[in-house]
Amino acid sequence: MTSTKTPAAPAPLADEELVSTAATPRRRRRGLLRGIRRSPWLYLMLLPGVVYFAIFKYAPMYGVTIAFQDYLPFLGMADSPWVGWKHFERLFSGPDFGRLLSNTLILAFLNVVIAFPAPVIVALMLNELRTQMLKKFIQTAIYVPHFLSWAIVSGLTYLLFALDTGPITVLFNGVFGTDANFLADPDWFRPLIIVQTLWKSTGWGTIIYLAALAGVDKQLYEAAMIDGASRLQQLRHVTIPAIVPTVIIMMILNIGNFLDTGFEQIYMLTNSLNREVADVFDTYVYFMGITNGAYSYSTAIGLFKGIVGLILILGANWLARRFTQSSLF
Amino acid sequence: MAIRYHSRTEKVFDAANIAVLLGLAALTILPFLYVLAASFATESEIAARPFFLWPETATLDTYRYIFSTDTFIRSLLVTIGVTAVGTLVQITLTMLMAYPLSDPNLVGKGLIMRLVLFAMIFSGGMIPTFLVVKELGLLNSYWALILPMAINPFNLIVIRTFFQQLPYELREAAEIDGATEFATFWRIMLPLSKPVIATFSLFYAVAIWNDFMSPLLYISDTDKWTLQMFVRQVTISSDPSTTVGQLDPNYVPPAEGLKYAVIVIATVPIMLVYPFLQKHFAKGVMIGSVKG
Repeated sequence: MTSTKTPAAPAPLADEELVSTAATPRRRRRGLLRGIRRSPWLYLMLLPGVVYFAIFKYAPMYGVTIAFQDYLPFLGMADSPWVGWKHFERLFSGPDFGRLLSNTLILAFLNVVIAFPAPVIVALMLNELRTQMLKKFIQTAIYVPHFLSWAIVSGLTYLLFALDTGPITVLFNGVFGTDANFLADPDWFRPLIIVQTLWKSTGWGTIIYLAALAGVDKQLYEAAMIDGASRLQQLRHVTIPAIVPTVIIMMILNIGNFLDTGFEQIYMLTNSLNREVADVFDTYVYFMGITNGAYSYSTAIGLFKGIVGLILILGANWLARRFTQSSLF
Repeated sequence: MAIRYHSRTEKVFDAANIAVLLGLAALTILPFLYVLAASFATESEIAARPFFLWPETATLDTYRYIFSTDTFIRSLLVTIGVTAVGTLVQITLTMLMAYPLSDPNLVGKGLIMRLVLFAMIFSGGMIPTFLVVKELGLLNSYWALILPMAINPFNLIVIRTFFQQLPYELREAAEIDGATEFATFWRIMLPLSKPVIATFSLFYAVAIWNDFMSPLLYISDTDKWTLQMFVRQVTISSDPSTTVGQLDPNYVPPAEGLKYAVIVIATVPIMLVYPFLQKHFAKGVMIGSVKG
């Protein structure tokens, strides 16, 4: 009797363990020790991963305390003097903060307004194609840039937009009679970033919407056709309502990484001429911290951005739970 | 769908739609075709013609030159090596951690999962991570390109979900047969997870191959440059031969053509695995859209 019962045991056993985990530290320790004795292999397998997270994720989190120190490499974290909020005061009162914030926000805003809707529109257009072969062909073509590194994308950008010789520069200046210098002129920095983002991620971004569109019940279209709806009316009344929930979820997810403007992309398009508009939090942390060695100050900037990001993610998650009954965690 | 409408407006609509989409596909592909053509062109042709898809005089000079320099060959070999070892290390660590976390009876599972989730939404940032890598003595070591991103929390959670979906009876049966948990993992779970291993190995491999930030942060020794660093240096410099290295002082290397050739060479490996990437990554996007 007992042996037949054993297979069904896991579920209640799990509850019991959870209860003991939540109980006093002493009992919890006992629970963990008992767990290790019962399945030592599982804990051994877990060990490298736990060590990884401790060293490469949680040690740096502890390391943010240098934002409150004047960290000197030869003194280390233990002996460097504590300076309280000095670096934050310097950041918020300094001339760079306003520029960084506006540069970051403008790029983030352009991303939401231009780069976000682009895949939705292209997915809708792909969905209207009747020839599967053609659809496959176009998809295959527009997915490619997703897999290329930013080093390659920026290399292509430098060649195509080069002054005097770049094909796009020649074409643009020929057509408009201008003498645009795309790579050096600060006014062209943001348009170039958006063009890069559109080129690299629009195609791939369609996948999630195409999946939502593939899930639309065919009977809805048949019913619409019987009611005399034209193709455009079907698009308006069947297709678009079908992807609105997906668009909303993606929008909410986007809020969470609103400030992540893409370090590699911006770093590689930044030069001494466009730095005024190019500097965002991520690249500024790099230039201050790695290039100039201001570890504490740059950590403070990173911490500020990290905390704002955390609030945004938690906010996005709250919105997702509230409006879509699904959440990230 | 028996009923079909073939009104004029719809035909116009379809034609316009196809035209715009083909235009988009062309905009995506044309830059490659131009760069490919220019990489086989002579210096004078690149300077004279702003855009072309077929070189007037085809030459292999740029490629002959680039493959004659150690700098390039070395960065290519470094990148291949780091990608191979890194992918193996990363997928191994991720699988090893995901499996125990999928066991409903593991004491402490909840706490670890919460810590993993927190690490997904908050990080110490670039500088503290850099200092940790520095303290570990990993600066200028290839391990700095592998270990700091050894386990991607997102991949970990998806793989764990995959293990959770396998019938629990498999583990019980193995346990009754006297297998240790590791033997169960190795002999029963791993063979079942071949597609998962393939997918996430590709995820990791592409991430390492394309990584620019880690070498930028951790590798200052130019002998240890990866391909991406090399591409970057060659494409931004006005005289790329200084980066690539000049072997024969009497030979003038094709400076502009070099930039095109480097981009072509860095793109080719990705193109070779592209059919697999397209298939597996699309699947990955779908797994990801299901709550982890």
